[in-house]
Amino acid sequence: MLAMNYRGPYRVRTVDKPMPEILHPEDAIVKVTRTCICGSDLHLYHGMVPDTRVGSTFGHEFTGIVEEVGPLVKNLKVGDHVLVPFNIACGKCNFCKQGLYGNCHESNPMATAVGGIFGYSHTAGGFDGGQAEYVRVPYADVGPTVIPPDMDPDDAVLLTDVVPTGYQAAEMGGIKEGDTVVIFGAGPIGIMAARCAWFFGPARVIIIDHIDYRLEFAKNYAKCEAYNFKEMADPVVFLKQTTDWYGADVCIDCVGCEAEGNTLQTFSGRVALMQAGAATAFQWAVNSVKKGGIVSVVGVYGPPFNLAPIGNIVNKGITLRANQASVKRLLPKLIDHVQSGRLNPKGLITHRIPLAEVSDAYRLFSSKLDNVIKTVLVP
Amino acid sequence: MKNNQDYKNIPGWGMDADPENEPTYPIKNWTGDDHNRTNYERSEQQQDTVEILISNERPAITRVYGNTAPPSGLSGMIRRYAFKNSEDRYRHWIPLILADRVNVIEGLVEDALHGHLPNMFKERGWKVEMQHNPKKMIAKLTIGSLLVTAGITWLIRRQK
Ligand SMILES: [Zn+2]
Ligand SMILES: [Zn+2]
Repeated sequence: MLAMNYRGPYRVRTVDKPMPEILHPEDAIVKVTRTCICGSDLHLYHGMVPDTRVGSTFGHEFTGIVEEVGPLVKNLKVGDHVLVPFNIACGKCNFCKQGLYGNCHESNPMATAVGGIFGYSHTAGGFDGGQAEYVRVPYADVGPTVIPPDMDPDDAVLLTDVVPTGYQAAEMGGIKEGDTVVIFGAGPIGIMAARCAWFFGPARVIIIDHIDYRLEFAKNYAKCEAYNFKEMADPVVFLKQTTDWYGADVCIDCVGCEAEGNTLQTFSGRVALMQAGAATAFQWAVNSVKKGGIVSVVGVYGPPFNLAPIGNIVNKGITLRANQASVKRLLPKLIDHVQSGRLNPKGLITHRIPLAEVSDAYRLFSSKLDNVIKTVLVP
Repeated sequence: MKNNQDYKNIPGWGMDADPENEPTYPIKNWTGDDHNRTNYERSEQQQDTVEILISNERPAITRVYGNTAPPSGLSGMIRRYAFKNSEDRYRHWIPLILADRVNVIEGLVEDALHGHLPNMFKERGWKVEMQHNPKKMIAKLTIGSLLVTAGITWLIRRQK
C-alpha cells in the first residue's frame, strides 16, 4: 500500500509499505478516504519533535472505511465509514473515564506526559498515521465514530482534530458574555478557535498573525477582527491599547513552538534548539491578557524546555488552561453544530492533493504557498 | 471593524456559554475514581513483536502501542540510553534529538544499500516552491551554490 514516509527534516516521500495488521483484539484496519496535513505535522516535518524516526508515516486527521475488525470490536462493522479522532484512547483508564481522552494512560508507553496520537512520533506512541491507504486503529470501539449519513466527508475529516481543537481552545478560555478574546495564529486551528469563540458570547474576537492572506481568510470565515503583527511596533502594546489599556479577557495561543516575531526566542528555540521552539505566542498571550485573565493554549510545544514567562503568570494571577483536545468528548456537540449549519468546517479546505504528491503538499503548506489554509490528501 | 456591532447575529452566538463552568471549563467529568489511580479494568495486552522503549516514569508497557520503526543501529543505541532517563531530563531529550539526526544519515545509507538514490529535489518539494515562490527558490539555490563553490575553492587552496 502507498504511504507517506519521513526521511528527515523537510524530506518526505511516498513509499510502498506492507499492509497494517491487527495487533490487538480491539484493533481495526481502516481504508483511508480522506486525510489532512495539520499545522502540527509541520513541527515533525521540520524535525522539531524528538524521537521522530526515519520511516514513520505521519497523519493524525483521517476518515476511512472499516476494512477489518479485531475479535473484541463490538461497535464497528466492516464497511462503516468512520471519522477517527487523533487521540488514541482506551476508554477504561481513569483519565478516559473523566472525559480526558487526550490524556489516556494506556496508549503511549514512550511518554507519560502525552497520550497516543496517530502518526506523531515515538514520543506520542510510535503509531503509524493516516497519510496512507490503510491504517491500524487501536481501541477501535472508543474513538472511531460513524459519519452521519447526511454529513459531507470533508466536514467529517476536520472533526478529527481542527474543529474540536479550535472549539476546546475557546472552551478552555472560559469566555463570558461581552469578553474580548485574542487569538494568536491564523492557521486552521486559530481560525476555527475564532469561529467557535462566538459560541460563548464574547463581544470582540481578535486574531493576530503575520501573513496577510491568512488574516483576510480569518476575517471572512470567523467574522473576527484581524491584525498583522508585522505592521505593529509592539503587538502587546497594540492589544493593551485596543482594550482600553486593560488587557484582553482571554488570550488563546494557537501557534505553538514555531512562532515568528521575537529574535531571541527564534534563535534560542528554532535555530540553536536550546528550548523547545520559540514560545513567542505564549509570551504575548501572557503579557496581553488582563490581570486575573485566562490564557488557553492548544499550540504544540515540544517536550523539552521552554522560556515561559512564569513570573508574569504568577504576578498577574493568570489562569492557564491547556490540553490536547479530547475529541471524543466534544464530538456529539460539534456534530450538532455542523449539522445545524452553525459551523462549516470544510470551508477551511483550500487544496486537495493526491497522496502520491505528498512531498509537494508538505512544502506547499510549510512555505505557505498559493494562499493555502488547509490541505486534504486523497489516497 | 473595531467592535463588531452585529456580533449577536453570528450563528450560534452565546449558545454554548455556561457560566457555571467558569472559569475552568472544560470541567472534567468527576467520577469519584481519582483515588483509584491506575487501578482500573484494563484491555488485553498487545503482544511484543519488536523492541519497544518504555518511559521509566511508568512501571510497564501500555496495553497498546505502535510497533513501527523499532530502534536500530547507532541511533537506536542513543535512543536506548535516552530512555534510561526520565522525561524530566535533558539526558532524555537531547540524545533523542541527536538520535533523530543520526537516523537521517542511517536512512540515506539504507537507501544506498537498497540501490536507491533519493530524489532530493522531489522529496523536498522544490517543484511546488519553484512554481509559487521562484524568487526565494532561486535566491536559495544561488546562495547554496555560492557556499558550495566557496567551500570547494577553500579546500582546493588549502590542499595547495
Ligand atoms: Zn492536527
Ligand atoms: Zn484511557
